[in-house]
Amino acid sequence: MKQFLLFVRKEFLHVIRDPKTLLVLFGIPVAQVLLFGFVLSNEIKDTRIIIVDYAHDVASQELTAKIEASRYFDIEKTVLTHQQIEQTFLEGKIKAALVIPVNFYNDLSHNKTAQVQIITDATDINNSNLVASYLSAIINDYQSQLISQGKVSYKIIPEIRMLYNPQLLGAPNFVPGVMAMVLLLVCVMMTAIAIVREKERGTMEVLLVSPMKPAYIILSKAAPYLILSLLDLTAILLLSVFVLDLPIKGSVLLLVAESSLFILTCLTLGILISIKTSSQLVAMMISLGALMLPTILLSGFIFPVENMPIALQVISNIVPSRWYYIIVKEVMIKGAGIDAVWKETLILAGMTLVLFAISMKQFKIRLQ
Amino acid sequence: MKTLFVLLRKEFRQIFRDPAILRIIFLLPIVQFLILPLAANYDFKNINLVLVDHDHSTYSQQLTNKIFGSGYFQLVANTNTFDDAYKYIETDEADLVLEIPNDFEKNLVRENSQEVFLAVNAINGLKANLGGSYLSGIIADFNKQITLQLTNSSAKNMSGIDVTVSPWFNPTENFKLFIVPGILALLVTIVGGLLSALNIVREKEIGTIEQINVTPISRFKFVLGKLIPFWVLANIVFTVGLTLGYFIYHIVPQGSLLVLYSFLSVYLFAVLGLGLFVSTLCQTQQQAMFFMFFFMIIFILLGGLFTPIESMPEWAQWITKFDPIAYMIQVMRMVILKGSGLRDILPQLGAIVAMAVVLNSLAVWNYRKTS
Repeated sequence: MKQFLLFVRKEFLHVIRDPKTLLVLFGIPVAQVLLFGFVLSNEIKDTRIIIVDYAHDVASQELTAKIEASRYFDIEKTVLTHQQIEQTFLEGKIKAALVIPVNFYNDLSHNKTAQVQIITDATDINNSNLVASYLSAIINDYQSQLISQGKVSYKIIPEIRMLYNPQLLGAPNFVPGVMAMVLLLVCVMMTAIAIVREKERGTMEVLLVSPMKPAYIILSKAAPYLILSLLDLTAILLLSVFVLDLPIKGSVLLLVAESSLFILTCLTLGILISIKTSSQLVAMMISLGALMLPTILLSGFIFPVENMPIALQVISNIVPSRWYYIIVKEVMIKGAGIDAVWKETLILAGMTLVLFAISMKQFKIRLQ
Repeated sequence: MKTLFVLLRKEFRQIFRDPAILRIIFLLPIVQFLILPLAANYDFKNINLVLVDHDHSTYSQQLTNKIFGSGYFQLVANTNTFDDAYKYIETDEADLVLEIPNDFEKNLVRENSQEVFLAVNAINGLKANLGGSYLSGIIADFNKQITLQLTNSSAKNMSGIDVTVSPWFNPTENFKLFIVPGILALLVTIVGGLLSALNIVREKEIGTIEQINVTPISRFKFVLGKLIPFWVLANIVFTVGLTLGYFIYHIVPQGSLLVLYSFLSVYLFAVLGLGLFVSTLCQTQQQAMFFMFFFMIIFILLGGLFTPIESMPEWAQWITKFDPIAYMIQVMRMVILKGSGLRDILPQLGAIVAMAVVLNSLAVWNYRKTS
């Protein structure tokens, strides 16, 4: 036990005596969570569209005014030909165009039916769908206004309540996801070089001839990074509560405990990478190059997991951040207790054990 | 010129003699390219809805039939109280609760107006937004329908605006088309950026940089010698990706390949220049990696591929002006999907040329032959 503590001390000194790296390890995750908490959002706001008004009559002006009154769009009114509209799209200047044909008012008042066309830039589908449905909603609204003028109309008014996130902010959706992503990558990267660096520099031999058991070597390698990650976590949570206004609805203790478990999972994954690789370069390419996009895409905070094809849903099961993302969402945003997240907790614990067992098995006490 | 060739030969040999690295350069992006685009699907066809119908009338029946007939919603459960329904939201089994109050039909007929209550799980803002607006659209439609029925007026008397939506450049609204070029851009950037960032610092850490430092090779040639091999490899990876995209995802570039590759060439110089600059700044590979991690994640998430740049606050939109990935994603979409020409992408090209020049100058300037 004393030996083990000595080893832990040695590893701590290694980390602490490199202040530049220490600053980077601590500063980067905190800065990222803060930045993305403010920036990421899917709401439609100031989306640039053009209204191509061939009609220039009362109705088209009323409709334009109605669209202008909503805060969603940044409108430019022009009259362009079909080719010119296409050119504007090609230059990437607008997301949508609303085309109001000639005789719009006439058609509407005499023929009782008129047409408008919404053209969207579907190269960015999710955005273009939202833009189209917002525009249609405004047009629908205008239409029911027309219908109700001087006539009896029957209407059902939907009263919408946004649960958990009444202002539809981006932060409650993205902060848990960004936390999961940043913690995973940082923790994996920290330990991924821990052992391979000793191999590359030749100091591994010193470790191997010591009477330490492999398990202790691994644990002592992870210890300083565990402390560092917990400090990162504390800073991230403080920032999200006080700067991003995202209170922790559930138990803080539970959240910290779950986060520690997740951090352990990631550190162990890093250790495994470190044991399996032969150079720092390869270890880092794997921990960053191979893990970055899958963590972003398969955690579920950008693309919902339930929409993915079955095969990919299965693959996403092995991404630890997917489970942690669910836990943070439940505990932090919704205020759920352990009864809501016990399954995810067990999965993370199981992953940690399996990763640790493989690491132990793969750890070679002899040099090739 | 000859020294440059010698340098290039050295760098290429170093890469090709390390099978682990070679595997990573090619396998890592290609495997991800084949899997990850499948994840991108915003098509919310199955929004889970819990129904609380207190009225059980003909009209409430008609309304709910219309909702579930739309194809967007899936009935999870029918409950008697809102509290029961709320439990489904808490456990994530449902996204929406629709509550139809008592006397819904009576009030509708007598007072011409009646409210229904919608509770949306808004943690997932996008789904909430879409679900809410689909449902409002359906209800608006239903309103028209019942007005017709109840006033006995014929359709002729109604003012109607037909809205047609034309999704240009991607008429089938294919999600692969939207995500594949973006993912390819990201993968090439990640592989190229990381390799270049680790390169010089690796020589520093291993100690081989001193051998270069005592030679008469100029700083400019040294940086260029590091840059070109990765530039070539990144171009190859991109080409493989584009070919796979054609055969697997059926993505046919609409614009000219010459324009695309011209932009890519400059873009790669910018990305690799950033990597090399970071590499000259750091003392250990670990530091370099964390710096690149910092830049990459910010560039990727602010790049506009996952969330629209317009939705970001003003100051963040300014940051995206210095984000090479944002330009690359714009150009990929413009040239591959819309068929934009050189003239259309000039602003992006100008910005990326400036970045390439600045970053590579910084790398040359910051590389010191003295230790």
